[in-house]
Amino acid sequence: MAADEVSVPVPAPWRDDHPIAVLIGVRAAVGVLTLFVVSIVVFLATEVLPGNAAYSVLGHTATPQSLKALEVQLHLNRGLFDQYWLWFSGILTGKLGSSLANGQAIWGQVAPRLVNSAVLVVGAGLIGTVVGVLLGAIAALRKDGWFDHVTSVMSLAVTSLPEFVVAIVLIILFATVVLHLLPAVSPVAPGTYAWSQPRLLVLPVATLVIVIIPYIQRMMRAAMIEALESDYVEMARLKGVPEWQIVLAHAFPNSIAPTIQVIGLSFLYLAGGIVIVEDVFNFPGIGQGLVNAVSDRDIPVIQFIVVVLATFYVFMNIVTDVIALLVSPRRRIAR
Amino acid sequence: MSALVENSANHLADTGPVRLEVKDLSIQLTSGGAEVVGDVSFSVRAAELLGLVGESGSGKTTVALALLGHARRGLDISAGEIRLDGENILGLKAAELRQLRGAKVAYVPQDPSAALDPTLRIGFQLREALRVHPGSVGDVEERVAEMLRESRLDSTPEVLKRYPHQLSGGQQQRVTLAMAFACRPSLIVLDEPTTGLDVSTQRHVLETVRSLCRSYGVAAVYVSHDLAVVGGLVSQVAVMYAGRVVEIGPTEQVFGLPVHPYTRGLLAAVPSPKRAEVLTGIEGQPPRPGRKPKGCAFAPRCSYAVSNCFVERPVPVAIGDSYVRCMRARDIEKESHARRVTPPTALAGTGDAVLKLRGLDASYGRQRVLYDVDLDVHPESCTAIVGESGSGKTTLARCIVGLHSNWTGEITFKGNRLANGARHRQKAVLKQIQYIFQNPYTSLNPRKTIGQILSEPLEHFMRLPGDERKARVTRVLEDVSLGLDFLDRYPDQLSGGERQRVAIARAIVVEPDLLVCDEVTSALDVSVQAVTVEVLRRLQRERRLSMVFITHNLALVRSIAQTAVVLCEGRIVEVGPVEQVLEHPKDPYTIRLIEDVPRLAEVGSVPDTAPSPN
Amino acid sequence: MDVVAPRPVAVATPRVRRPWVHLLGAVVRTQRGALGLSLAGSVVLLAVIGPFVAPYSPNQSVTIDFAGPSAQYLLGSDQLGRDVLSRVLAGGWELLLMALASTAFGVLIGAAAGVSAAYLRGRVDGLIMRTVDVFLAFPQLVFALLLVSIIGPKIWLIIVAVGFTHAPAVARVLRSAALEISERDYVKSVELQGVRPAKVMSSEILPNLVSPLMVESGLRFTYSIVMMAGLAFLGFGLPPPSPNWGYMIQENRIGLSLNVWAVAVPVILIALLTIGINTFTDAVARVAIGVESRPEEGLIDDIGMDA
Repeated sequence: MAADEVSVPVPAPWRDDHPIAVLIGVRAAVGVLTLFVVSIVVFLATEVLPGNAAYSVLGHTATPQSLKALEVQLHLNRGLFDQYWLWFSGILTGKLGSSLANGQAIWGQVAPRLVNSAVLVVGAGLIGTVVGVLLGAIAALRKDGWFDHVTSVMSLAVTSLPEFVVAIVLIILFATVVLHLLPAVSPVAPGTYAWSQPRLLVLPVATLVIVIIPYIQRMMRAAMIEALESDYVEMARLKGVPEWQIVLAHAFPNSIAPTIQVIGLSFLYLAGGIVIVEDVFNFPGIGQGLVNAVSDRDIPVIQFIVVVLATFYVFMNIVTDVIALLVSPRRRIAR
Repeated sequence: MSALVENSANHLADTGPVRLEVKDLSIQLTSGGAEVVGDVSFSVRAAELLGLVGESGSGKTTVALALLGHARRGLDISAGEIRLDGENILGLKAAELRQLRGAKVAYVPQDPSAALDPTLRIGFQLREALRVHPGSVGDVEERVAEMLRESRLDSTPEVLKRYPHQLSGGQQQRVTLAMAFACRPSLIVLDEPTTGLDVSTQRHVLETVRSLCRSYGVAAVYVSHDLAVVGGLVSQVAVMYAGRVVEIGPTEQVFGLPVHPYTRGLLAAVPSPKRAEVLTGIEGQPPRPGRKPKGCAFAPRCSYAVSNCFVERPVPVAIGDSYVRCMRARDIEKESHARRVTPPTALAGTGDAVLKLRGLDASYGRQRVLYDVDLDVHPESCTAIVGESGSGKTTLARCIVGLHSNWTGEITFKGNRLANGARHRQKAVLKQIQYIFQNPYTSLNPRKTIGQILSEPLEHFMRLPGDERKARVTRVLEDVSLGLDFLDRYPDQLSGGERQRVAIARAIVVEPDLLVCDEVTSALDVSVQAVTVEVLRRLQRERRLSMVFITHNLALVRSIAQTAVVLCEGRIVEVGPVEQVLEHPKDPYTIRLIEDVPRLAEVGSVPDTAPSPN
Repeated sequence: MDVVAPRPVAVATPRVRRPWVHLLGAVVRTQRGALGLSLAGSVVLLAVIGPFVAPYSPNQSVTIDFAGPSAQYLLGSDQLGRDVLSRVLAGGWELLLMALASTAFGVLIGAAAGVSAAYLRGRVDGLIMRTVDVFLAFPQLVFALLLVSIIGPKIWLIIVAVGFTHAPAVARVLRSAALEISERDYVKSVELQGVRPAKVMSSEILPNLVSPLMVESGLRFTYSIVMMAGLAFLGFGLPPPSPNWGYMIQENRIGLSLNVWAVAVPVILIALLTIGINTFTDAVARVAIGVESRPEEGLIDDIGMDA
């Protein structure tokens, strides 16, 4: 009888051999397209603003001549398409123009805010991920035990709360009413960077961490339980593999994959969630910048910040998908 | 009879020491304490194989896992002894048990694709089996290479680097076999290891098992529902029903001269490729744990039952070399073993072929699946299309019915050409060709009652007044032997066999001309399969239907079809009347296929089921 | 050897039931389900009855700013001297109604999009999902913010804007659930009866999506509330003096140390409502998977299948 040999692989198209590169390529292309559409939508949305942009800037001091002059300066006298093109090419080439509210260069204003928000997002994201994954894993290993029940209840409670509620509760607890350990607001001086005063970071980051942990924890727990009840774990037990080895080598790697999706979503959520947190704590980040710009009808700043946020979204989506692919060999390597 | 006894005595005498001894094993549900497995006893010697046979719900997998001291969540091993080389493993502490598993007793799973960790390479998983038992092996790498060779896997380093999904089903199973034999255990427990494998791969795997057991003096317990496979492999058989062993003894005796009514019923349901016969199944279902009747668990379905059977629990009675758990064992033993073989009445189909396929080429995306298929299906007759997995038989069925539209060629039904997809066919045409799906658990909408499921086709195809519809639905339920109380039930309240009968009823309620059955019995137990096949056959005869019957089970073909078509990798390799194809095959593929099919010998004769030295 | 064939006996007693009624009944009987329902229910009740039982007019200044709780004004007063209790009682129903409307709007669109994308496949699927991707590239809050700031805080706009932020996520979730169902044999069987796609989607696929639909709707409802309260909090909700709970939280923050209840009570109410709904939908998800149903039944099926 012929031995059951592993068949010699037929040379497959490059496409099948490099799924990661293909994925990045496809996603990046879609991402660029998405950003394109987003920019158009943003542009159109802001153009729908009632009233003339120039008029809102000049207000009562407007005279027909100054209006005319500002309009030319803002290119408002050109057609819609021209205006869009001017703006879009400006972004691509780095000429962002100036804020309507205070006349300063947009980049100079927005860049430090960007950095501050990045500190919040990355910090909260990392801490939340690590803690969430650990809590989820432990809850799964001690399924139906007291730890599981307690974390499950707390998870459910916290996940239901709006961010500003969490923020305010933390403020009440640690800053104003109960204890007075930490500052209630975090007015990092505009122009300086957040890490220069770590005390100001504690409550905002804590708020964000608390908000994202529950989802990550629940997903990790569910994935881990599924892994622990799977056929391959049962097989490993029947082989005599000790439990700790099963958890580390079998259960954990298999439960990370679905959790990656959730972790990615959490980072995305943080990008939007900082808006409220920055407002509550008066933190000079990009969220606060956006809210201010919207109040001031500062169109170029609004447009720029929204595009930045959208870019972050697309980027995170790609990164999440790539990592998810790296972690599951079944999708990564074709037969 | 005495010759038999002598034979088996000799057979048993020349095997080695007893490796496994199970005594009065009982397993119950954790919550409620209902008995799942009770009073199970058997023993296995070195180099001996014992077959543990039963259908769904018999408890055989539960017993198999218990042999490793393992009980699934919700189950507790409550009583009894399991002695491995003399030591009772049920009394061991967790750490000791862990050391035993893999080293002294090993497990071969049913589904290797699920039992191998998808994120770890094969090499890692093989080495893991050795690393956790450091005392039993010398050089790990050497042993790994040896393991691969023995299981007839290519022992190049490339294999070790692969992930499970990169191997075929047969290769995956060889890996699990290698893992099981790695530490040279005393006992191997195999849980239906050839399910889902092709017939030829199955044959290789069985041979590997047999030779490894013999070489290393390993005792083996082989769990299976496939009587033919077990018959050709093991020397001892234990038949389980509702958690108890109802008959146990040497294979020749249990399969050759069965005594217990359930064993008899089971054997009568197994189709044979050698004979066209009416298959007799066993109506009803096994009782669930906690719902077992007083007295004998099989009594409600038993044709030999007397009033005492419903009151007292039967105890094992010695009949020859076997033990039979039946109160009427001695009476039944005296009855004739000859199976009443009723050849089915063949239909005389006249006239032109009702379905014609010419030059049919089908593909899935870029992958070609069918090549130039020509086929004729004659009126009022059944054509069986036989093939292994990957042969394209399901695709063929789907093209005929319109579920698969990526094909070229010609399909003619009653003289008219059919469009590629069902969406492009007229309702009148759709009505005349009906399809029955393989999986009874997904072919019925769980949110609809049986009554609704059956009257839907009537609503869509015909304009009938409400009471006329109801009358037809009632009639068709009777035709498939289901009671009227099924009308208001939901599918999840029915068993697999009942669901499949509903699917059949749904297909015939609109009175089609052609019925396409796609592996309709593959998901069912043997006894249920027999009942379903008989229902189909009777309906075909009564309603003068033409039928296309897709299957991989060659033996079944004999009992239901008049014409057989053999499909290999998308091409038809043989066509002809059933007897001719099965008795005198011409194509080498067909010949090999028939050879590889494990066969159960005739009931009532002294069969040739002793494991042949191969 | 003839085998006498007894009449096959079905396993359980027949019970006629409708899918969602049965599901809800089972959920309410669980601990979590009952807890969630009572929490959420109480808050809803309070919001509905509130305006009729408020002791004072919610918009009238009755006493000094940020007065502490007294016998007359049980929860004290807010930043403009208005009675906190009355404002709290009056400030709920608008929020709830708007949240309900936007959830319904978003779920309807999202479900239609998701199911169509899953069932119709091909180009329709591609088109719908690319659109969804674009929408998802905006942080939800930012998107709502943008729209509201541009057009102004009108009720219908807030409802539509928040609803639109739900639709893409709902579409995604329902699409993956519907994909699995579209491949099932019973759907194909109905296709073979010549039924049109629209009818297949509504009569075969949709009824089987009841549990993911319910879970997702519950989730989206809480997000609606949170978002609308958040918008109000940021100053983009309905204009003052509307006693919207979210707005109350924002405007009374300065007086946190004087009268904590002006902030705490709306916070607690929103929290109880969202916790209740989430607990309830969690119970729905569990029952749908069968975790809370009688475990022996599940196990028996398990044994029945592969023992």
